[in-house]
Amino acid sequence: MRDRVNDFALKLANVNGTGSASANGLLMQAIFRMGIPVSGKNLFPSNIQGLPTWYEIRVNKNGYTARSLDYDLMVAMNSQTYARDIQEVREGGYLLFDSSWPLDPELLRDDVHFLGVPFAQLCNDNFRDPRERILMKNIAYAGTLVAALQVDMEIVTALLEEKYAGKKKLSESNTRALRLGYDYARDHFGPLPFHLEKMDANSDKILIDGNTAIALGCVYAGATVAAWYPITPSTSAMDAFKVFCEKFRKDPETGQNNYIIIQAEDELAAIGMVIGAAWNGARAFTSTAGPGISLMNELLGFAYYAEIPAVIIDVERVGPSTGMPTRTQQGDVLECAYASHGDTKHILLFPSNPAECFEFAPVAFDLAERFQTPVFLMSDLDIGMNDWVVPRLRWNDGYQPDRGCVLSLEEIEKLSKFQRYMADSESQIAPRTLPGVHPKGSFFTRGSGHNKFGGYTEIPDEYQEVMDRLLRKHKAAAKFVPTPIIQRRPGSSFGIVTIGGCDPAVREALDLLAERGVVGDFMRIRGFPFDAAVESFLAEHDINFVIEQNRDAQLRSLLTLETNVPKDRLRSVLVYGGFPLSARHVIDGVLNVLAPESELAAAGQKVSK
Amino acid sequence: MPSIVKPVATHPSLQRNDLGLTIRDYEGTMSTLCAGCGHDSITAALTRALWEVATPPHMIAKLSGIGCSSKTPAYFVNGAHGLNSAHGRMPPIATGANAANRELVCIGISGDGDSLSIGLGHMCHAIRRNVRMIYVIENNGVYGLTKGQFSASADVGSKSKRGEPNRMAPIDSVMLGLSIGATFIARSFSGDKDQLVPILKAAVSHRGFALIDVISPCVTFNDHEGSTKSYLYTRQHELKATETDFVPPASEILAQIGQNGAVNVTMHDGSMVRFKGVPPHYDPTDRGKVMDYLEEHNGKGEVVTGLLYLDESVPDLHEMNKTPGFALTKVPYQKLCPGSAALDRLQEDFR
Repeated sequence: MRDRVNDFALKLANVNGTGSASANGLLMQAIFRMGIPVSGKNLFPSNIQGLPTWYEIRVNKNGYTARSLDYDLMVAMNSQTYARDIQEVREGGYLLFDSSWPLDPELLRDDVHFLGVPFAQLCNDNFRDPRERILMKNIAYAGTLVAALQVDMEIVTALLEEKYAGKKKLSESNTRALRLGYDYARDHFGPLPFHLEKMDANSDKILIDGNTAIALGCVYAGATVAAWYPITPSTSAMDAFKVFCEKFRKDPETGQNNYIIIQAEDELAAIGMVIGAAWNGARAFTSTAGPGISLMNELLGFAYYAEIPAVIIDVERVGPSTGMPTRTQQGDVLECAYASHGDTKHILLFPSNPAECFEFAPVAFDLAERFQTPVFLMSDLDIGMNDWVVPRLRWNDGYQPDRGCVLSLEEIEKLSKFQRYMADSESQIAPRTLPGVHPKGSFFTRGSGHNKFGGYTEIPDEYQEVMDRLLRKHKAAAKFVPTPIIQRRPGSSFGIVTIGGCDPAVREALDLLAERGVVGDFMRIRGFPFDAAVESFLAEHDINFVIEQNRDAQLRSLLTLETNVPKDRLRSVLVYGGFPLSARHVIDGVLNVLAPESELAAAGQKVSK
Repeated sequence: MPSIVKPVATHPSLQRNDLGLTIRDYEGTMSTLCAGCGHDSITAALTRALWEVATPPHMIAKLSGIGCSSKTPAYFVNGAHGLNSAHGRMPPIATGANAANRELVCIGISGDGDSLSIGLGHMCHAIRRNVRMIYVIENNGVYGLTKGQFSASADVGSKSKRGEPNRMAPIDSVMLGLSIGATFIARSFSGDKDQLVPILKAAVSHRGFALIDVISPCVTFNDHEGSTKSYLYTRQHELKATETDFVPPASEILAQIGQNGAVNVTMHDGSMVRFKGVPPHYDPTDRGKVMDYLEEHNGKGEVVTGLLYLDESVPDLHEMNKTPGFALTKVPYQKLCPGSAALDRLQEDFR
């Protein structure tokens, strides 16, 4: 293995609930502060204490930070998963383990270097409290990694000081544990063939997870009413919204809260509260995951048909049913696109990382109010709960919310009669009125059959007239959703289409494929209904690979249903086991179709080793 | 929900309220319910009460779920916004409406199927949140729109039109409300407008959630012999536990209060609810006593009516959340958005 600087991956195998998350986060953050492109992926169980959990860190000087499947270093701190963890280390790689107890010789591999540090023993010798002995093992292995990987010790110390400011005892224990692991590594191990060196790639970057970013976006968008039911992996979005509201939304003069957050009794209620608030003109939203969307279906159809805005943040997790709540997937695409019974179609936005989560939140509210309809912000667990290095968030102080066509008191007074669903023939949008403004603006909002005047109807033509306009209105939204990101390469022979958090893995794969002469164009779709550019991109290529994280090729289905592109031009690459996508998945999927069998074998070797 | 527009004809002799509006201004479209339906009497009582307290029509929000009862918001106060939602989901939508605009008088109209079966959880949680709204259950013990199935409020032994007795215990919204902290609980009878109107007026002034269960016989599917929700049965078994007057703030001095050991409760807005007649040892502000009384009389098959329980001391949803005293929708966007400078400062924590 040649010596590599700022280009390797490590995986840390832990037991959940033992405090490993803070040690792992500390390492990741320290690498970020060293200015090196880095990612951290938390692969955790749906459990509070005692089950296996992993954390993966990838550093890459070229900025490729999608999940790597090639682990140069495994930190094996969980004896339950030794067998599997040892198997996952790449040939010639390293494994760090707790040598307080001997490793089962059966598990040893000739092609892996085993580094033993007696973490448990060191901590037992140095700490008294039984809980502390367990917790400090994490900081001790972090210390070993600081030495082995050459993490900047000053940065690590500074981080510990920030974290434990005012908690002297904790700060002292952590520093001592860090030193234990650090000194042991320094005294016992030679340099590893990969290490870190400071760079300057992160000066205009931040480290943030998507749920925090989306919550911040909702604050900036001017959301005042939030209703939710706790559900993994979206809970931290509402937690963050609360924290930001406490910081930014408490009136400095009166001390009153310019927001309200209601923890609903279930998701049926959460979306109901959003609709009730939006009916009154508030910017209202809910955050949930797939199971919550399933429950919200009924009222989503109501909001669609009665034309009431709503913003739904869907942090997707693995389905169906309870599925795997702490694993990631893009399995709600079709569910959200057509949520509810009868003919319904919704607007979807697909952010790819926390920066876009922040950026798209105000867009979601603007579209919901402009088109008087539910809008889904489709995040997922990988985007929502992992820390990503993204460009610093920017806010344009000139932003004014698009409140859509809402009649003012003066406008209502001028009307001879208000007729709710009489729409402008170009925009397909019908002006609405809000309660509490003027008796002439009053009308009866209903989910039952209605005509364009807002009256009850069971007459086919009257019913269809409204339904047909709703379809035209949905189509009209195509020009307002974020446009796709398209990157064409000279000499390309195929297209790759993807959404959301697949972005970094797909881009990396395209670069690596191009190096080998397999050149493709890139398109990341960012909204539904599809922008015209989506269809033309697909039409340009005889083969379009559709990369997504679900079993049933939901994006591909949506593309075949909503564009005229022949089905056989769309080839799926599907990765849906619950962990974030890696470039290798994409490369294998593409070569599987494009390369002959013999080449494939060689390619597979080249790519994965 | 077909509706027929009523001709507007205002006779000059019609009385006007404080806003100069006649009762016609508080009417809605023509009811399409069965002739003699109890719900129409409740609609009439609501029309009367809202006219008397002189709430501006556009400041009223009428919400409902699905069922016969849920049609009725179309039949009162045309000048108010109405929302007919999905089965059982009115409480959360009303909660959201109230969250966004607390200045509206929020009126939810529901039925026993809507509130006690499909939407039971929602109603309970709206009660727990003490959402400031008037919540009327038009209770007839039966599913009317689907032609006569028992609802969850049907009493044990009550017979369906085909003679089949109900064997499951009923959910009594009044007892339920008492047990989960409801702050205003009334039961009335659609045939007794004199009792219902003051209760509705008091409900408008109540600080939080006003639960009003009104026995409202279904003339088509549940008004026969053997039914415990028929006009006859209710008339024969009604026990008026309390008699109340609603005294608006301005007329406080004129009212005779505190006589005969009656209880007076000052409402949050300064008005007063005067309990003119209550049974000995009954205290409408003492939950335990109210429960004991109801247990005793329910056990005898009596239908206890009146404003049964009242507690003005509990903060409502907005007070609990420390929101401004006006509609959240009135807070200007400039106050809601922290701006770019704050974002830059905040991001120092994201490094």
